[in-house]
Amino acid sequence: MSKFKYLIDGIVKNNPTFVLVLGMCPTLATTTSAVNGMGMGLATMAVLLCSNMVISLLAPVIPNKVRIPCYIVVIAAFVTVVQLVMQAYTPGLYETLGIFIPLIVVNCIVLGRAEAFANKHSVLESALDGLGIGIGFTLALTCIGLVREVLGNLSAFENKFSSSDGMLVFVLAPGAFLVLGYLMVLFNKLKDRKKKA
Amino acid sequence: MEYLIIIISAVFVNNVVLSQFLGICPFLGVSKKVSTAFGMSLALVLVMGLATLVTYLIQNYVLINTWFGEKMDITFMQTIVFILVIAALVQMVEIILKKINPTLYQALGIFLPLITTNCAVLGASILVVTKEFSAKGVESHMMNLGESVVYSMSLAIGFGIAIILFAGMREQLELSNVPKALKGTPIALITAGLLALAFMGFQGIV
Repeated sequence: MSKFKYLIDGIVKNNPTFVLVLGMCPTLATTTSAVNGMGMGLATMAVLLCSNMVISLLAPVIPNKVRIPCYIVVIAAFVTVVQLVMQAYTPGLYETLGIFIPLIVVNCIVLGRAEAFANKHSVLESALDGLGIGIGFTLALTCIGLVREVLGNLSAFENKFSSSDGMLVFVLAPGAFLVLGYLMVLFNKLKDRKKKA
Repeated sequence: MEYLIIIISAVFVNNVVLSQFLGICPFLGVSKKVSTAFGMSLALVLVMGLATLVTYLIQNYVLINTWFGEKMDITFMQTIVFILVIAALVQMVEIILKKINPTLYQALGIFLPLITTNCAVLGASILVVTKEFSAKGVESHMMNLGESVVYSMSLAIGFGIAIILFAGMREQLELSNVPKALKGTPIALITAGLLALAFMGFQGIV
């Protein structure tokens, strides 16, 4: 039960997008629709889970001074795996996410968890943490993607519910900043109200 | 003329932060003061130019080359190779700069380690070797070495313009009365959104 806490922490208390504000580039760039956001979240989760496990196993043997480059190599290897798998099985999504798949390497969430969590905890705990943070990230991205898709394209998960045009600006670049900004306001407000109650 | 189009396209139309979403972390992180924003963008111009120069050569003469009498294409190793090269390069720039120009090192030093994890650097070096450059009046083509370096340095300059403008706005925001729930990151994001809206006006000039 106590181990389970690591999983829940990653989703709520340490939510990478709304609480830690990490990994902003893919968050803003790939959330043009709910499906794209979810795809990016899942890809990141796969990398995070694998790299967390391997790094927690390797941590005792890696000399402290060169640990960051070593982590980066491990992460880059898993990113390449994910990239090749996506290219083979979901070519459409691979095309849309484009450059942001290789850029998972420099996503601060992945390296951040390796440095802050995986190198001090056991394999199981690191796996749970990776899974939790991954789910938190995926949920946040899907949520932002859904809002942008509904406002910008009048559709949800690619099912159009109205034939008229949406507010295109929400699918374009400025909309990403605005939607994320206002969602954060909503989160702060809800957190505040919970504290007062 | 072609170079001019590349520069305008990279600086304004395809602005690295506001329309391509690369390098958002430093854009939000080191934009509290105009002076630090300026230092960061100078360091980035230097590193992005160098990184693209090196990774372009690696892509075309190491990853795609004849090895052991066989023609090989090992571009799937791109991600691993590029990130390692960039990390090593940044370290090297830091060491060399410390030796030959201590004043510049003083100014840029603290930003250099941060740049390794700036996705604009890796992003630009992957972009220039995988995507064709296309603009109005120019036939879309893969960029050559010179164009690649100019393109990614212009991207860095675009980053500089965006972050300096943004830092100026944030300095003003510090003094104004912001509602409690909007304080910090949310208002910064909304401001960035408005800035991105303004930059959309450049769309279609090349």
